[in-house]
Amino acid sequence: MDRVAIIGVSMTQFGVREGSWIRDLLSEAAMDCIETTGIVPKNIDHVYVSNMASGEFEGQTGIMNALVHDIGAIPAYTARIDQTSASGGAGIYAAWQSIASGQSDMTLLVGGEKMTHTSTSMATEIISTLTHPVEYKHGVTLPSFAGLIAQLYLHKYNASRESLAKVAVKNHKNGVDNPHAHFRKEVDIEAVLNSPIVADPLRLYDFCPITDGSAALMFCSESRAKKITQDYVVITGIGGATDTHVVHERREPTTLDAVVNSSNKAYEMANKTPNDIDVAELHDMFTILEILQSEDLGFFNKGEGWKAVEQGVTDIDGELPINTSGGLKSKGHPLGASGVAQVHELYHQLMGTAGKRQVDAKTGLACNIGGFGNCAITTILESI
Amino acid sequence: MSTDLNVHKCPNGHLCYPKHSVCPKCGVLMGNKTVSLSELNGTVVTWTKSTVPPPGVRSPNILAIVEYYIEGQSITLLGGIENESVNIGDVVKATYVSSLRDAEYGQRDEESQTWSGHRFKVVN
Ligand SMILES: [Zn+2]
Repeated sequence: MDRVAIIGVSMTQFGVREGSWIRDLLSEAAMDCIETTGIVPKNIDHVYVSNMASGEFEGQTGIMNALVHDIGAIPAYTARIDQTSASGGAGIYAAWQSIASGQSDMTLLVGGEKMTHTSTSMATEIISTLTHPVEYKHGVTLPSFAGLIAQLYLHKYNASRESLAKVAVKNHKNGVDNPHAHFRKEVDIEAVLNSPIVADPLRLYDFCPITDGSAALMFCSESRAKKITQDYVVITGIGGATDTHVVHERREPTTLDAVVNSSNKAYEMANKTPNDIDVAELHDMFTILEILQSEDLGFFNKGEGWKAVEQGVTDIDGELPINTSGGLKSKGHPLGASGVAQVHELYHQLMGTAGKRQVDAKTGLACNIGGFGNCAITTILESI
Repeated sequence: MSTDLNVHKCPNGHLCYPKHSVCPKCGVLMGNKTVSLSELNGTVVTWTKSTVPPPGVRSPNILAIVEYYIEGQSITLLGGIENESVNIGDVVKATYVSSLRDAEYGQRDEESQTWSGHRFKVVN
């Protein structure tokens, strides 16, 4: 079977992008990706836009239509892909399907979100509307789910609070060398442990910031890619899965079954095991989530991911570097852009163009999560 | 209207909360059977104290996941804690609250769901 290739990537500066609205951000990333790849917009067959809530944040819907018009890609087929925080990963899945099915010869995926013009409390509220009514009425937010599960994790596995802080310290350190990151500033453990409590036991520095930004990827078949460029990576495994909408109904609250199931599909398709992964971009919307995923993806045994962080295994110079980009923690988390930006980082790692963040990698894995593990997409990429 | 904490029971006897179209355990269509947990004790599985709750929500907002054992099954629910502090393993009882948050200030349409429900009180 002809494999699906990614022939070019782009991302905008992530951060507070005052004056740039969702249409501007999407268009900026898209045009950059078009320029990088040299693909003529008229020759793009499908355009997918990963975005959770442009209507709620900005009062602008129909953004996929706007983008296709703005970048001159009419009459390309387009659709907005929403899977809350996993919209980026879901967009990758849609783009992959469009090429693998033969329906599209050239597909552009653009993920983006405009968030910082709203208050933190309103942004959190918009995101918390993804919860079930019986949870929403209690005032549950995504940060409070993280607090609930972190409290249980620390208790159940006798894990140290410092290990969570170390995830933040590690990712901020990596983010210093990422010119696109929202925060390019190191933090130390004391700063994390002394930051204000948001959802006990988690503190402000356990959470990713609210950020504006966009990222884009260009997809085509490997046979087509070969005619265009030497610089491409291939998607060898991809899988998506869903867990309970109601978080308290989970089988085992410290296990993200959607991550387990989506990664099992991706590993099987790629004929890989967790041991084959050289570098990973995980969805560290909260520090605890990076640790849970590192276990549920099979990198570490359940209850032992925190030890790997403490031992430096997931550091940029460790055995399995996680979030060399700085993760959502330092890059920021413009919802629909995040899953796309994960693959942006892996592309550069696999191409050897990651600059100061470069690690030795042939196989990379991205895991993008919606809600508190409500949905997950796992993507495995390989260099050629 | 009952102020009991009622959970739902499928025709095969499985409990769930909230109600779904089909039983999450066996997939049969849910009927209208309920079982009250109001007289029972639950146990706190985990908790958090949210200090930056969304608009219209009490602050701080202590939330917990509570587990009950009934009819040979475990069932878990999420709810607020009425006490000023709580620990994993604490024993709690459900207490009815007519308005859990002020829907006027939230994003969700006030008419789209109910706002009454239950919080938990520690009864160690
Ligand atoms: Zn049943």
